[in-house]
Amino acid sequence: MSEVEDRVRKIVVEHLNVEADKVTEKASFIDDLGADSLDQVELVMAFEEEFSVEIPDDAAETIQTFGDAVSFLKKATA
Amino acid sequence: MNLRRVVVTGLGIVSPLGAGVEPVWQRLLKGESGAKRIDEFEVDDLACQIACRIPLGDAADGKYNPDDWMEPKEQRKVDPFIVYAMAAAGQALSHSGYKPETLAQQERTGVLIGSGIGGIGGIYDASITLAERGPRRISPFFIPGRLINLASGYVSIEHGLKGPNHSVVTACSTGAHAIGDAARLIALDDADVMVAGGTESPVNRLSIAGFAACRALSTAFNDNPTAASRPYDKDRDGFVMGEGSGVVILEELEHAKARGATIYGEVIGYGLSGDAHHITAPAADGDGGFRAMKAAVKRAGIDPSEIDYINAHGTSTPLGDEIELGAVTRMLGDAASKVVMSSTKSSVGHLLGAAGAVEAIFSLLAMRDGIAPPTINLDNPSVETPINLAPNSAVKKTIDVALSNSFGFGGTNASLIFRKVA
Repeated sequence: MSEVEDRVRKIVVEHLNVEADKVTEKASFIDDLGADSLDQVELVMAFEEEFSVEIPDDAAETIQTFGDAVSFLKKATA
Repeated sequence: MNLRRVVVTGLGIVSPLGAGVEPVWQRLLKGESGAKRIDEFEVDDLACQIACRIPLGDAADGKYNPDDWMEPKEQRKVDPFIVYAMAAAGQALSHSGYKPETLAQQERTGVLIGSGIGGIGGIYDASITLAERGPRRISPFFIPGRLINLASGYVSIEHGLKGPNHSVVTACSTGAHAIGDAARLIALDDADVMVAGGTESPVNRLSIAGFAACRALSTAFNDNPTAASRPYDKDRDGFVMGEGSGVVILEELEHAKARGATIYGEVIGYGLSGDAHHITAPAADGDGGFRAMKAAVKRAGIDPSEIDYINAHGTSTPLGDEIELGAVTRMLGDAASKVVMSSTKSSVGHLLGAAGAVEAIFSLLAMRDGIAPPTINLDNPSVETPINLAPNSAVKKTIDVALSNSFGFGGTNASLIFRKVA
């Protein structure tokens, strides 16, 4: 498991108050992890903060699952 | 149009004397004070360095644990005034024993909880974030977590209450207006049950600085906090900020009887008035407060001499206390010597938008137990009065009718009158 995955998972667990083992690659923030649209905005803000990157709104819309977030952030920080 | 009768069937409270109706009431009757030096933010440069604070701890000890009422994850999104309201409303609903289960019941149960200044603490924090880090760092929960009516919103979502969802913002009269207006919604058949009250979380650097700038706060007792709130005493020098929430369950009389509910009193009178005088100072003749009381008495259809107990607005400001005393004396006339009037702000401080609701609860409990809570720190009254101000000790007395006064910035006044239901 990569370091990026660990850091993303920690944020998701904290913000959405879910068990770490539920945060799988295909897990959708809204459909599987109980987020609403505002939670999703806040998650993206937390990713920006943690990884010191800016995620534009159109890119943020593509981040729907844990896997989406990890691959986006891996690229953004590569 | 025939007005339906409205009674109180549940009480909930979070206050500087604790959480839960009975522990708070017992501490109030003993004359305890919730005032202390503020220790979680910088106060050395503030003129007022004290406030009445909610004691945190285990509910079994009559203390407040926010986690009992809202998940920590949700608490992060809102200002404390919303969590206090969730706690007081949750207590009040369970106290009443009423849980609307069917859709029809849910649609006839509403919420009307107000606040004076809402999420001012969170607005302060977000302003700093905006200035230092820019707009992209403002949370999507910033707005919904500060809006005053979101106290009503959160309570309705938690308990599935689909009736009228409303809020009141009338400074320090908020809690009284919320109960009065909610009672009218039931009287007018818009709902059968209303969850009504006020909530406030004003202990933060910005609001202390603001109220101190209005010269409203006590500043002479920073080293002796429990002596600072002293309504009617000659050494009073301003109010002491409190925090918390009071919520009552209002219910149409027959609805309450049909389910065998415990009835704490009937809302028989509600009067409102405006001073049209000054943004913060009451008019010297106390006419606004007088007219609010007169309107409530008229609505109640009683003679002022029937009032046994008055829970005063009595904030411990140099001007306000005597003006209210004058207005009450004017209303009661010869009956003034028979009434007991106390200011429970001496113990819990001034809960601003929650004050009127918390004090309505104290008035109902005074009626239930036949005892008027004391005005603590009243050692040397600043004026002579025939009214018994319950100085430093609770007064045992049969109380069938109780009046509660609330007066707010902007010159907004509300009086509630409750009567025992035989």
